[in-house]
Amino acid sequence: MGIVTLTIDNREVKAEEGMTVLEAARGAGIEIPTLCWHEKLKPYTVCRICVVDVDARGWTSLDTACSRPVKEGLVVRTRSAKIDRIRKTILELLLAHAPDSPKLREYASEYGADRDRFEKDPSFCIDCGLCVRYCAEVKKKNAVGFVDRGIRREICFVPEVALRECNGCKECFPLCPTSYLQAAFVLVQALTAPAQPEKP
Amino acid sequence: MARLNSPEDLEKLRQEVLSRNDPKRPCISICAGTGCIACGAAGVVSAFEEDLRRQGLGDKADVKRTGCHGFCEQGPAVVVHPDGVFYARVKPEDVPEIVSRTIKEKKVVERLLYVDPATGQRVVHESEIQFFEKQKRLVLGSNSRIDPGSIEDYLAVGGYSALVKVLRTMSPEKVISDIKESGLRGRSGSGFPAGRKWEACRNAEGETKYVICNCHEGDPGAFVDRMMMEANPHLVLEGMIIGAYSMAAHDGYIFVGGEFPLTVENVGIAIRQAEEHGLLGQNILGSGFDFTVRLSIDGGSYVCGESTALMASMDGRVGEPIRKYDHATERGLRARPTVLNNLQTWANVPLIINQGVERYRSIGTSGSKGTKVFSLTGAVVNTGMVEVPMGATLKEIVFDIGGGVRGGGKFKALQVGGPLGGFVPENQLNLKVDFDELGKAGLSMGPSLVVMDENACIVDTVKYFVTFLSDESCGKCTPCREVFRQILKVLNRISGGRGREGDIELLKELSDVQRDATLCALGQGAPSPIDSALAHFRDEFEAHIGEKRCPAGVCRGLSAAGPR
Ligand SMILES: Cc1cc2nc3c(=O)[nH]c(=O)nc-3n(C[C@H](O)[C@H](O)[C@H](O)COP(=O)(O)O)c2cc1C
Ligand code: SF4
Repeated sequence: MGIVTLTIDNREVKAEEGMTVLEAARGAGIEIPTLCWHEKLKPYTVCRICVVDVDARGWTSLDTACSRPVKEGLVVRTRSAKIDRIRKTILELLLAHAPDSPKLREYASEYGADRDRFEKDPSFCIDCGLCVRYCAEVKKKNAVGFVDRGIRREICFVPEVALRECNGCKECFPLCPTSYLQAAFVLVQALTAPAQPEKP
Repeated sequence: MARLNSPEDLEKLRQEVLSRNDPKRPCISICAGTGCIACGAAGVVSAFEEDLRRQGLGDKADVKRTGCHGFCEQGPAVVVHPDGVFYARVKPEDVPEIVSRTIKEKKVVERLLYVDPATGQRVVHESEIQFFEKQKRLVLGSNSRIDPGSIEDYLAVGGYSALVKVLRTMSPEKVISDIKESGLRGRSGSGFPAGRKWEACRNAEGETKYVICNCHEGDPGAFVDRMMMEANPHLVLEGMIIGAYSMAAHDGYIFVGGEFPLTVENVGIAIRQAEEHGLLGQNILGSGFDFTVRLSIDGGSYVCGESTALMASMDGRVGEPIRKYDHATERGLRARPTVLNNLQTWANVPLIINQGVERYRSIGTSGSKGTKVFSLTGAVVNTGMVEVPMGATLKEIVFDIGGGVRGGGKFKALQVGGPLGGFVPENQLNLKVDFDELGKAGLSMGPSLVVMDENACIVDTVKYFVTFLSDESCGKCTPCREVFRQILKVLNRISGGRGREGDIELLKELSDVQRDATLCALGQGAPSPIDSALAHFRDEFEAHIGEKRCPAGVCRGLSAAGPR
């Protein structure tokens, strides 16, 4: 693997070919916020909080740092008024779902996001898909998946698989940035494996 | 049917078909497109068949069941060839009269003729009707002469002659350079130069390459792609075969929505016939070139029409967009070089080859060549499928071809490009059908044009589009999903009389984030209707918010006059 040199926030950064901008930045101690990223999982590019400004030979665009491959001569800016505005709005939108998520609150204070900007939504799920992808990519069990689409998209356990696999695993639980996952799991358990009622 | 083993075989068959077709023999062509079927066309077809038999004329005239002619407003439409007498809104009861008068006595049934609403005059021939007269029907022109289930009908109008020309006289490189020079651009609205894609795919490494026809057409109210496919499927197949030949691709797919059963049926029949005739499959017309076409039927949502989602869905994965850094022409379907073009783009290919680049280029504007087909609906006199040369103005489409606003109402806006497009007010109707001109105006060349009159509410229409997209997007990425959620709340509030000061600014702010930060072109394009509504009809939003008034009287809970 070759080594390439790129510029991130005016600093020259060396990175291995095949790495992403996010990995290169973190390797150089430059922090970029992420929510749906996980080192063991393929980039998913959906929370969009890691968007950065990328200039590839004069071609500038916003792109997700978690997916963008490094390239010789790339010029990356991780902060700008526009990027900060996008991150702030994304955080405010997600805080409507999970106002108590420690991760969201930490980023919110960094980007000045107002936790109460939007009316609270009953669902905690922020659709980051960490549980779904961890179960599929690492555990290869697919005990939890997405249901529905558009604004009704949410995660859901597959009861038959979950009953068999999850009690002994629960490795995805700590990945959830909100406490939605546990709630969904407990619900599925309650619905599908009710305590045996005593016979009268 | 015997397989055709050479271009000469095909020409021989064409001559046979033509010699069997007596040009003087009456042919009753009945539009049996999805629209006319809904108006009872099937009953009209069987009435003609029965009545000809009853009057002992079974062998004196043909009955042809065709795809959509385009004039849906007047359906079921019947054209009696060879004279081209056009009867509008024909019912089974009218059939005996047409048979006795027009077929037997060569006279016209006055009462069934189309009446020009502007002049009050009855019009005899299809070609004299203003709706048709003002169009340039290069792609749609043959529809009324073709039974989509008959490859012979397609041959009779010169079908597959472009393929013959290509196999006889053109190298793959020459095909590509002609398509490049023709200026053909993506008819989905993308406007991407087709020849450039084809060339990149031809030059890409790999043995296996794919061509795909996008006939998904998820836009609400649009019906162009499916009607064209339904009416003249061989035209699309011929374009795909020529394209595949130029790129050395051997596998083709037609991606079509399962909710269009007639389209699926007709294209399935066409593929089978083309295979039986040796126009698809191994060693096409003895050329040594192999190419098969399969149907890929999706039950998916609007977003499945997007290139990466479409390919994921065809591959059996969830139909959701993904961030890719390779072009599809290098790594597309199953990571192989792939060309995806819209159905109309493919349908233009035989035309270009037959006419030659020069003639094709002579139609249109400097940057957009050829014609474009739209579905024209809404509050317009003549609804239907229209084909205009690039460079025609939107005004010509609405007023000359469309006949203006229905019921003499006042024009308010033309909705162009569906849920990712925008609204054109009256003072901008001089905009031309041109990829660059409409693009600059924030519009897209999508398949549908919808005329809105004073009875339509802009806020309500925007709400309709946002609701549609919020259901039909994948919901994967935050700024798309969550912005839709919040924008819907704001729009519901405004249309329900609970709009607040600052709501317009909030709409703009949220739209900006959605446009800038989403993953795919759905989220990036979704703010367009809001942007153009606010640019041209901001006063309507203000009336809803400030005066609690819906000027069009559409929004429930608000009156046109304001609160009492
Ligand atoms: C949300 C979305 C929906 C789309 N739907 C369609 C569609 O229904 N039909 C179509 O041909 N292209 C559709 N497209 C465009 C395709 O992704 C692709 O660009 C097009 O098929 C390429 O064909 P062309 O270059 O011939 O226009 C859609 C794009 C997006 C972003
Ligand atoms: S922009 Fe919308 S439709 Fe496109 S990937 Fe994101 S959520 Fe899905």
